[in-house]
Amino acid sequence: MTDPDRTADRPSADLVKRETAVEKARQKTAALALEFGKAWEYAPAPETPDHIKLEERYQLFIGGKWMPPKSGKYFDTVSPSTEQTLAQVAEGNAEDVDRAVKAARHAYDKYWGKMRGAERAKYVFRIARALQEKARELAIVETMDGGKPIKESRDVDIPLASAHFFYNAGWADKLDYAFHGRKVRPLGVAGQVIPWNFPLLMAAWKIAPAIACGNTVVLKPAETTPLTALLLAQIIEEAELPPGVVNIVTGAGETGAALVAHPDVNKVAFTGSTDVGKKIQRALAGSGKRLTLELGGKAANIVFADAPLDQAVEGIVGGIYFNQGHVCCAGSRLLVEESVHDILVRKLKDRMATLRLGDPLDKNTDVGAINSRAQLERIKELVLSGEREGAERFSAPCELPGKGFWFPPTFFTNASQSCRIAREEIFGPVLTIMTFRTPDEAIEKANNTMYGLSAGIWTDKGSKIFHVATRLQAGVIWANTYNKFDPSSPFGGYKESGFGREGGRQGLAAYLEVQ
Amino acid sequence: MEQHENGNGHIAPHGFTTTASRGARMPLFSPPAVNAVAVEERAASLAKRSIKKGAKVAGLKLAISMMDLTTLEGKDTAGKVRQMCRKAVTPMDSDPTLPSCAAVCVYPNFVTIAKAALEGSAVKVASVATAFPSGQSPLPVKLDDVRRAVEFGADEIDMVIDRGAMLSGDYAKVFDEIAATKEACGPAHLKVILETGELGSYDVVRKASDLAIAAGADFIKTSTGKIQPAATPPVTLVMLEAIRDHFYQTGVRIGMKPAGGVRTAKQALHYLVIVKETLGDAWLTPDLFRFGASALLNDVLMQLEKERTGNYQASEDFSKD
Repeated sequence: MTDPDRTADRPSADLVKRETAVEKARQKTAALALEFGKAWEYAPAPETPDHIKLEERYQLFIGGKWMPPKSGKYFDTVSPSTEQTLAQVAEGNAEDVDRAVKAARHAYDKYWGKMRGAERAKYVFRIARALQEKARELAIVETMDGGKPIKESRDVDIPLASAHFFYNAGWADKLDYAFHGRKVRPLGVAGQVIPWNFPLLMAAWKIAPAIACGNTVVLKPAETTPLTALLLAQIIEEAELPPGVVNIVTGAGETGAALVAHPDVNKVAFTGSTDVGKKIQRALAGSGKRLTLELGGKAANIVFADAPLDQAVEGIVGGIYFNQGHVCCAGSRLLVEESVHDILVRKLKDRMATLRLGDPLDKNTDVGAINSRAQLERIKELVLSGEREGAERFSAPCELPGKGFWFPPTFFTNASQSCRIAREEIFGPVLTIMTFRTPDEAIEKANNTMYGLSAGIWTDKGSKIFHVATRLQAGVIWANTYNKFDPSSPFGGYKESGFGREGGRQGLAAYLEVQ
Repeated sequence: MEQHENGNGHIAPHGFTTTASRGARMPLFSPPAVNAVAVEERAASLAKRSIKKGAKVAGLKLAISMMDLTTLEGKDTAGKVRQMCRKAVTPMDSDPTLPSCAAVCVYPNFVTIAKAALEGSAVKVASVATAFPSGQSPLPVKLDDVRRAVEFGADEIDMVIDRGAMLSGDYAKVFDEIAATKEACGPAHLKVILETGELGSYDVVRKASDLAIAAGADFIKTSTGKIQPAATPPVTLVMLEAIRDHFYQTGVRIGMKPAGGVRTAKQALHYLVIVKETLGDAWLTPDLFRFGASALLNDVLMQLEKERTGNYQASEDFSKD
């Protein structure tokens, strides 16, 4: 039969009509939006900071005593959500660092290095329990000082910090069995420099394995978020650790530089930016000091078309907007299979409309304040570059408070691998979305970065998880979940994301001489 | 190829041919998978919303207005049903600001009695039908059950799906029965009970939700209340996601009813949070969200009294109808 409407170069009128109807229907439904308005508003539910007693001025914690800094200088630590000064903190200089390292050396030689593991464990367990007991106070101070939502400091930062002390305390008397018949001994004095994104948790990651293994430490917290490390020093004081086992020297970059350069430090552990990490590695070359670096990241979160999309959206949101994106392992590049790009972006937009940005002390807040003005400026600069490079920006429709440092949850579509927003670590709530067609292309794009800290894979197919995971160059790979942490699981990077592992049995190796 | 459209505006280009005379078409059947761990995590995270003061009072009043006050027992009597109807219209005499419940839910034998007891009020009468709760009867019997309940005056019909057919993969049978029931309902609204406690996994719940919606459900409902577990937050979330996808595709809003196991005001608020943050404002109405419950109302009243007076009252202070 010949269709009278159909000729070689002209589709049938019926077909055209039908395709037009389908296209019209598609456009109509694509424009349908869910409304997330004010039909039933949650009342404010702030955690009250009234019972928190901060000191006006914090000294350095050296050799078990609170000591004024030799520099005589103090700096303000401010709340990024209100811009109010919370306290003054001592600025340690090279002389203070030297005092602290001497105290640590003394404690190592005199008590801690010789102490039986079972004895050390008692002290470490004591710290773990005290962190649990003071969890509420610590969570509130963490949120005030760093700007992160109380929901996160309460449910993630503080419980995990405590868990790291518990976990490592358990190893203290079993170290001889940790490495298959090989003998171990501690390294000596560890100099540790930590970042501002998880202040107490990073202190726990560093201090707990170090002291459980028999080392003593000098820790330098970040200058914008020193308070919870100082509260931890108070806890350590109350736990009656021998003086000098843990020393806290606050200050900025120079203080940290003095610490890593100190000749009597046996081991340096640094978490922070790749730039600083490179400087440290250069400075330490030939010194014989052991080094672990946990640096930046630009993780790919890969969503295949067969993934449960609604749950993938949760993982994407948790991956990039958790802690305002101030997470080195944040899933900041979303690689989505082209066939589900549009529906995924639509779902993501609707989900972002429900994110609540504002007072970090409010228990219903999902997105808090950016940690500092400097960081906010960097985020703004990179977002501007994304716009200039032609990527399409979407920001969640939320009102920003007048005071403090804020940036709305944001993503870019139509971005390409060559954009700055796809290559540089933004360390803010900004996601770059790109598409792929085949698993090979996804793997190639995911690995097309100087970093290699973490990655995520979303698919309903177990075999695909294994196929892709074995080909990704990343230290941590999550499948059908994201940003899951546990003290028993090693964490660390490849390439310019650093080396060495923290957590688990592998994390102990960073603080031991395995003979 | 002939295109059919059912009441939900669902157009399935490659649908199976079905026997349903209303012209609903069963979609090509590969609904999205559900990640069980993540869906439970998400539902649990929404339980952490802190609902205080004004938000709590507004939420609880909204919950009352969404309640299908239910009695489905072998020992039900006209007296019991009348007392429950009185409570549905006026949940608590001492507080005239409280709304009425959305509906009462009874067996077909009590529809006439409930209808009379509720005359002049806006409270609807819902009747279970289709050989509730097991559904294990021949289709003509089930459809007759529906037609009679509607004749008696039921505004809404709560049907059960054939879980045996669902689990054995006979999706066409499940679909056809729902479509036929929808037709038998005439003007009455159709709620389709999936009995999620018997379906075994979120994947099957999602599959059954998509089937029910495509076949003409006005509401999808978790449970009969006769099987444990009944409604849970994650199972409700999975069903809401099916409703959301249907809205994205068609613009049609399907309703949701968790039933069974919702006993406390706190649980009710948790469900409202899940609805608010999954489907948004449009679903925060009794037209699109209901609670199937018998014990919930008094706990909600107790919490409202606590907010009003500052003190908890004894459970004896609330009428037990």
